[in-house]
Parts: sequence; C-alpha cells; structure tokens
Amino acid sequence: MTLDFWHRFDRAVRGLTPLALTLLLALLSVVPLRIPGFAPITPALTVIAVYYWSIYRPDLLPLIAIFLVGIFQDALGGTPLGSSSLVLLLVQAVVVAQRRFFHGKTFLVEWWGFMLVAPGALLAGWILASLYFGAVVTPKPLGFQLLLTIALYPCLTWLLARVQQRLLQHA
Amino acid sequence: MARLALPVKGWVQRFGFLLLVGVSIGLMILGRAESRIVEQLRIAVTDAMAPVLDVVSRPTAAVAALAEEIDALVNLRSENARLRQDNERLRQWHAAARALERQNAVYATLLNVVGDPRPAFITARVIADAGGAFVRTLLLNAGARDGVRNGQAVIDGDGLVGRVVETGRRSARILLITDLNSRIPVVVESTRVPAILAGDNSDRPRLTFLPVGVAVEPGERIVTSGQGGRLPPGLPVGEVFSLSDGVAGVRPFVDWHTLEYLRVLDYALPGALPSTRPAGRAGPLR
Repeated sequence: MTLDFWHRFDRAVRGLTPLALTLLLALLSVVPLRIPGFAPITPALTVIAVYYWSIYRPDLLPLIAIFLVGIFQDALGGTPLGSSSLVLLLVQAVVVAQRRFFHGKTFLVEWWGFMLVAPGALLAGWILASLYFGAVVTPKPLGFQLLLTIALYPCLTWLLARVQQRLLQHA
Repeated sequence: MARLALPVKGWVQRFGFLLLVGVSIGLMILGRAESRIVEQLRIAVTDAMAPVLDVVSRPTAAVAALAEEIDALVNLRSENARLRQDNERLRQWHAAARALERQNAVYATLLNVVGDPRPAFITARVIADAGGAFVRTLLLNAGARDGVRNGQAVIDGDGLVGRVVETGRRSARILLITDLNSRIPVVVESTRVPAILAGDNSDRPRLTFLPVGVAVEPGERIVTSGQGGRLPPGLPVGEVFSLSDGVAGVRPFVDWHTLEYLRVLDYALPGALPSTRPAGRAGPLR
C-alpha cells in the first residue's frame, strides 16, 4: 500500500514537470542578459513550450496551467495582466484542434507548423498590447523576435524531448 | 457510461477554455479600470520571485563582467591613451568648476537663495529586464523595506533611467524613460525651454509640448526640470539628435544594456503635495 502511494506520488510529481519547465522558461525570459538591443526581441520561450506540450502531452499542461503561466509571465514582465494568458490559450487551442495533423509527423512538419503559429501568437500579443495602451505600440521588434523564436525552436524542443523521454515515459 | 463521458469531457474542455479566455480578458479590462487590484497581484508575484531572480541574474552578470574584462585587456593601450587625454581635459574642467562653484556660492548667499534639498539615494541591483516587445521596465532588488517609493527617480552614472512605478516589499518596478507610458518634465539645459519627454518604446524618446515657435538645436543637452516636485531638477537625460518635421528626438545618456547597479533617489521637496493616487504602470496620463 505504501509502495502504491509512493508510486502514485512519483507519477504526480513527474506529471508536474511540463508546468514547472514552462514557468522556468517564463522566468528565464526576464533575466537581464546585458546584450545590446536584446531585451525587446527576447524570444517567446513560453509560446514554444506551450506549443510543444500541447502536441505531445496536452494532458500534462492543462488549460488552467497555461492560464497560470500567462499570469506569471505578465506579472513578471509588466505586460498587461491577462494578455499572455490569452495568447498562450489561443496557441493551445489551435494546436489541439490540429493535433491529429501533427501526430506521428516528422520534426520538420512540426517546426513548419510552429512557423505558422508563432507569427499569429506574436501578432495577437501586439494587438492586445495596443488595445490595452490605447496606442499603436511600435511593431518594430516583432520581426526579429519572431526570427529568434523560430530559430530557437529546434534547440529548445530538443531539450524538452530529452526531458520527456527521461521523466515522462510512464507518467 | 463511456459513451456519455466523451462528449461531457469535450464540453467541459470547451467551457473551461471559454471561461479562462473570459477571465484573461476580464483581467485586462480590470487592469485598465481598477489598476490597484491588478497592481497588488503583480507586486505579490514579483515580490515572491525577487529572491529567485536575484540568484538567477547573478551568473549572467558575472559572464557580462568577464566579457568586459577581456575587452578591457584587449584595448588597454588605446584606452590608456584616451584616458590620458580625458584626464587632461577634465583637469581643466575641474578648475573651472571649482571657480564657478565658489562664485555661485557667493551669489547664492548674496541673493539669499533657498537651496534644493540634496537627495539621499538607495543603490539596488537590476534583477530582471522585463517586458519583451511591448513595455520597457526593469525590476530592482530593493523595495519598500529599503525606502523605495513610487515616483522616485532612478539614475545610473550616465543619467536618468526611469521612475519607480510599483513597489513591493523587496522589489520595485522601474518604468524606463523609453516606455510608451513614460512622461518626464524636462528643460533644454542651455536655453531653459521646457518640454515633456515622451517615450514611445523606441530607443529615442521624443520632446513634446515644446512652446510654439521655439527651435531646439541638435546636440543640446536635456535635463529634468524638477517641475511637479517628484524628480530632482538638473538630472542629465540625453541630447537632442534629430529634428524631422518638427519632432525632436532625444538620445538618452544611459547605456541600456549595461545597467546593473542603479541609484534610486529619495527626493522630497519640503511641502510638496503627496500624490493622492500612486502612479500606476498602466494607463494613460490622467
């Protein structure tokens, strides 16, 4: 019985990994790197994470977790509270709707899908920020931010895939 | 049972999605209308994460310091020559400043001038360079317990960085002068022409509300005016650089990517009115 309890406890803790990692990425995206001109074009790490987990383990990153990640990110970043939640929820909705399409496809197809989702996510964030501030926020950093985010996708998802293999095989 | 469970699960899923989207939109609207509540929530999160950010931001600071060190070693000779020249020039300025200071003191006594209070300051470290594409803010590892309060000016060795807009117990958020919502009362140093420095999220804030028919020349220094009593007068801000169709841009003196330790100025004019409403980070100027 104790064994059974520990077994379940272990599974539950492992099941929290996607949420913990996504929160960590939100935290990392505000760490000052002191690279000239980098802060405005910091890649959207949480969009990558939400996209990835929504394809592979949507059960371990449920809607409420995505919502909390967004709130956390907005609170730290000073962006309108709720805007990141909304963007991340939309990313999840799009991916889950197309999940059958992604299933069992190669990495390139997955990356290509991300190239379609990421611009939408950044654009949605931009529209929300502009509406919130009641002024057209300069869209200049978005192009570079998009390129960086797409370029970082293979590296970051490689790491996430390692974690998934190690920890979540049976979770 | 199983036949029933699937549609119900789908329905719950869809309802949950709509509910959370609704809550997100609601939070944004609430943030606009009643920014106090949302601000408290934000402060609670940043305050809780401040110790973590404090630790996480240290390695990157160390790496940046190492890169600077290497850069300094490589450029040692040219740097040395430049410093020699600088030193020569500054010695002359020093002499001039001493003479002017003495003269100024004499005039001040003659005219019975009421002096400005000298601001005390708190030094704090930048622990987050937040905001991404849409806002320009920093987090400092000092808060209300260290004497930081909303509205205080934040400077580094080069000039004005921004103002404190949210204060937690051990963290504070700085709105940079380049942010869309930043408005700083300034004057042109030589001509004393007043203006408002308005950020637009670019690296070059603009001078607005210049008096009609007044020309501002490129290269002129912009300093804070001290109007409103919240910021000390005379803090260096930047220099005028472009004048395209009547819009004067300002190139701030601050080097945005090297900010590490900043000074929060504790400046209070005797008798200045306390703000009735704490400065919120969001929302237009009211």
